[in-house]
Amino acid sequence: MSAFVNIAPPLLNASRFRAAHEADWTRLEHLLTRIEKRSVRVLSDDDLLALPLLYRSTLSSLSVARETSLDRALVAYLEQLCARAYFQLYGVSDSAWRDLARFFTRGWPGAVASLWRETLVMAFLTVAGAVAAYLLVRADPSWYGGIVPQGLAGGRDPGASAESLRVTLYHSQDDGLGVFASFLFGHNAQIAIFAFALGFAFVVPTALLIFYNGLMLGAMIAVFAGKGLGLNFVAWLAIHGTTELFAVIIAGAAGMRIGTAIAFPGRQERMEAVVAAGRMAAVATAGVVLMLAVAAILEGVGRQVVTGDGTRAAIGTAMLAAWLVYYYGIGRRHAYCSPD
Amino acid sequence: MRTARRTKPPAARRRSFVTPEGVDLQLELGGAGTRAAAFLIDVTLMLIVMIAVTAALFALDQATRADIAKILWLIGAFVLRNGWFVLFEMGGRGATPGKRLMGLRVVARDGARLTAGAVLARNAMREIEVFLPLSFLGAQAAAGTADAFLTIFAMLWTGIFLFFPLFNRDRLRIGDLVAGTWVVQTAVRTLAADLAPTSDRPRRVFSETALALYGIYELQALEDVIRGGDGLARITVAAAIRRKAGLADDGDDDAFLADYYAALCARLEGGLLVGRRRLDKLSAVNH
Repeated sequence: MSAFVNIAPPLLNASRFRAAHEADWTRLEHLLTRIEKRSVRVLSDDDLLALPLLYRSTLSSLSVARETSLDRALVAYLEQLCARAYFQLYGVSDSAWRDLARFFTRGWPGAVASLWRETLVMAFLTVAGAVAAYLLVRADPSWYGGIVPQGLAGGRDPGASAESLRVTLYHSQDDGLGVFASFLFGHNAQIAIFAFALGFAFVVPTALLIFYNGLMLGAMIAVFAGKGLGLNFVAWLAIHGTTELFAVIIAGAAGMRIGTAIAFPGRQERMEAVVAAGRMAAVATAGVVLMLAVAAILEGVGRQVVTGDGTRAAIGTAMLAAWLVYYYGIGRRHAYCSPD
Repeated sequence: MRTARRTKPPAARRRSFVTPEGVDLQLELGGAGTRAAAFLIDVTLMLIVMIAVTAALFALDQATRADIAKILWLIGAFVLRNGWFVLFEMGGRGATPGKRLMGLRVVARDGARLTAGAVLARNAMREIEVFLPLSFLGAQAAAGTADAFLTIFAMLWTGIFLFFPLFNRDRLRIGDLVAGTWVVQTAVRTLAADLAPTSDRPRRVFSETALALYGIYELQALEDVIRGGDGLARITVAAAIRRKAGLADDGDDDAFLADYYAALCARLEGGLLVGRRRLDKLSAVNH
């Protein structure tokens, strides 16, 4: 039978716990609400210094509460409070400017440098495609129509006269250069991101894309070479092409790193290997987008202004040399360590 | 008042998430429906921004007759499409406006800081998940320059990628898989009142047999009933406890439940201190 007595009620752990720490929790909750509404900058120096301490003491409260208290509401409250504090303390990068500086000095060149094997494979695919298409089109010009789509050829096909081909190389249009450059940038950068993402499908679509890029290159060279304009075309292409082709090759390499990490994770677990590859390759792809922006400026503006073959080739070579030094000279020192 | 779904998440979506301090935060994953809704909100917002900017730039174009408006539009379209998700998720909130509205947040699965590389990776993969079929359909509609082989290949893969989150336990998109991230449900709770009775009224004492009836599971179910505010449930539960413990009805259900809760909780907590965790009424009572 239950009976009524007039003594003090049993002290629950939760009650004692609340009494001891509730002030800390309330203060942390108050700080978090302010940060979540605005940003971390609204906090005073005192609050800012107190935040990690409050977080750790609340985290320890959570551990103790889980072990000693049966008050589920208390545990649930502490869980969400700790999670919110965790997001504010660990979820935020320290400084956008410092992150950006690190991207340029280490992240980007380092990521590209550690993709060197994949980059070689993709460069080989591009060259192989170019050579194959060159030989095919030189042997039988009807191949050209099958390789280069009508829209992209723009009259530059084996049937065109040497004179009209020459015009496409040296005729400069003065209006709409900026528009042309920005269109090229958007288009190429989207293709590069696409090549990266497609690497997930065990590299196959990425490799096809890169090989096809090489095919188009070779077919175009073949058309111009057939009319004795081969070197002029290469110079026309080089001014932006060294940057652009290199960028596309790196994007392909980034995709390949993901695909191979899925297929051959090596000593790591498959998921771990994919994540390591994905994060690193994504940084390289961000760099590729910037390279393509440079290429678009060179193509849209530089090529229309500079019409000498020698100057075009010189600019193209200088750009290539600059990229190589940036990646393999500076970047190699910051290359991501391979797990093997 | 939050919905029942929020306060009692299905255990299937709870994941352990260990902070660098070594404490498991037990985060709740965002559901597939919530995430789809967040994505739709984002797409709608992007469309609105796009239409507004296009209108503004069109006006600028009409006014100046220079190329600057066209250049800005082309660059802006690229930045909007690729930057919307990346820039918002890199920010302090770790969420796009759509995710924020739905109470979602992106976190790194390993408990470490969410790096820029991870955010870039998870959103670059969106390219093959969502934008790919859309842009190919668009290209085909505009008298295709897209390669037919590539289109078919892409469509086939896209079907798998789009529904990928439904086929794995953690609701990971391909992007989450590659970037090592999770999308978790964030919750804001206030501390509920303490259930221990105040000392200014006489309280009931219960016999050993009456308190030995239940374990932790029942105690926490009782906590939910007391906090729940459903009068009928309280009456039913009070009657059930009285019947099992063989106690007479004293006409005050709420005070009875509060006293019984405090007594049972004190007893079970006492057990915890000496290492006895009685999980539910079916487990043995150790004395």
